[in-house]
Parts: sequence; structure tokens; C-alpha cells
Amino acid sequence: MSDLRSAPAPALTDEDHVRGDPAAPLVIFYGDYTCPRCALTHARVSGARLRVAFRHFAIAAKHPRAVPLACAAEAAARQGRFWEFHDVLFADPGRTDDPHLWAHATALGLDLDRFERERREQEVAARVSQHTRAGMRAGIAQTPTLLHDGKMLPGIPDAELIARLTG
Amino acid sequence: MNVIAAGTPVPEFSLTTEEGETFTREDLLGQTSVLVFYPFAFSPVCNDQLTLYEEVLDEFSARGATLYAISTDARWSQAAFKEKLGSSIRQLSDFEPKGATARAFGVLNEGGFTQRALVIVDPEGVVKWSYLAPSTGDLPGANLIFDGLAS
Repeated sequence: MSDLRSAPAPALTDEDHVRGDPAAPLVIFYGDYTCPRCALTHARVSGARLRVAFRHFAIAAKHPRAVPLACAAEAAARQGRFWEFHDVLFADPGRTDDPHLWAHATALGLDLDRFERERREQEVAARVSQHTRAGMRAGIAQTPTLLHDGKMLPGIPDAELIARLTG
Repeated sequence: MNVIAAGTPVPEFSLTTEEGETFTREDLLGQTSVLVFYPFAFSPVCNDQLTLYEEVLDEFSARGATLYAISTDARWSQAAFKEKLGSSIRQLSDFEPKGATARAFGVLNEGGFTQRALVIVDPEGVVKWSYLAPSTGDLPGANLIFDGLAS
């Protein structure tokens, strides 16, 4: 039995996937690769002057590929290619089956055998689950949700919000 | 209208199960129940809400809590909604007289549908905890229910 009572979102650590100008405002993006609203959010935050940390909020009950895709991105991270894989998943949302993942991994020059092995590892699944459950404890209830300065911002960010976030 | 408060005995009510049977206050006795009042089957936020809770259903079960999803939709609509979501949360219909149970729990919207609200009922039939979302577009996180169960 896990403790799922309310708790603040975990602070950023070296374990997080983070990119962008270190001097830019930080947003933590809780997302799911099967969520079209997340794909649009990805495009909007990627095009803004923001430092973005991505955490998985993969709900198996919502989409059967939510967890497998998150695990695939984590397996790509093991080979140092998280963000490239992340970008491909959001750019190509209609292709989420295993052969598509193999094609993405091959195109990115990943060691395919290692990718296949690692995306199924218990440790990888546990990391995705840990992200999701910590998000739940923080009150995340839907994707996309951005966290900025401790404030929860659910939904697709519009131009006004992006402008506010970037200062 | 205020959501029924903690410490209040659950009022008499009558809902209809997916099978067409009557579900009343008596059916809540002897177990901890989480009543999830939601506005509309198939609406986007309601989809997200029920799939979110489905994800941690084993955690609710481990705490001895049973979830019921309640709306003013007809039982056939609820059954189709449940099937579409692949949900195992039992649905209860407040269709006729429409919204009578929601009204008794203080969660009936003036528009004739259930507000988004959560009510935890203890095994003795007394409200242990309740929560009314600020708007129907606000989705209460699962953490709130776990807080309520632990309270």
C-alpha cells in the first residue's frame, strides 16, 4: 500500500529530465505521450524561453500505450537520448506501437537490443510509476499540467500564460 | 446549496444500478464508501476523473474503500460510459426523479445535473468527509480522497 495522501511535488533533482536556458523560468511539465493536449503543450513550451522539466503522468486506465511510451522514453534516456525520443513521440502521435518505437530508436541511432531490454525493466516501470504517483500526491489530476513557482496550471497553456511564464 | 457535512448521517436516497436494481442507504452500511458525484457521462473532465481514480483503485480497495460514480445520466448511458472507459467503478444513476439524491447530498447544480463532489461514508452510514469542487471544470485529485480516508 502506497502513501497517496497530499504532499508537495518533489523538488527538482539531477534525476529529472531538464532542458532549456538555466537562467530561464522553470516549468515542470507533467505529461503523457498519448495525450493530444500534451503534444500541443509540448510545442508551446518548447518554443518559449523556458527551462522545462518533464515528468511522466502516465495513466494506464486512460490509454493502453501511456505507460509503454513513457518507459520507452526512459529507456532512450539510459542511452542519453531522452529529449530526442520525447520530441519524436510528441511529433508523431499516431505511431505508438512497438514497431514504431523500434523505428524511432533506430533513427536516433540507439542500440536497439539494449533499448528493447531496458524499456521492459522493472526499474524503468517503477520510475514512471514514481513520477505519476508523486504527481498524484501533489494534486495533479489531468494532463497536461504545468507547475511553476509551486502553482499548478492544468490545461493547454495559451499565449497569454506562456507570455506570463516567460516574463 | 452546501455539500453534506462530515458527521451527518447519510439521508435516505434511491439510485438505480447499471442492472436496473435499486441502491439505497442500506447498501452503504458495513463498508467505507466513496461517492463520486460527476456531472456528465462522456464529458472530458469526467473521463479524466474516472480514469484517474481507476488507476489507484487497488489502493482504495487496500483501505477497504469502495467507489461509486453517481450522475443524473440514465443507467444505459452510464453503462456505455463505463464500457468506453474500461472502468470497473460501479455506476449509480440519479435519473428519476432526476437529481433527487444529488439534492439530498447538497450537490445538485441549478442546471439539473450533479456538481463535481466527493463524499466518504463510514460503515455506520455517517459522512466522514466531503468535498465540493469549486466548479464542474475542476478535477479533484485522488490525493484528496486519500486525505479524506485518512482523516
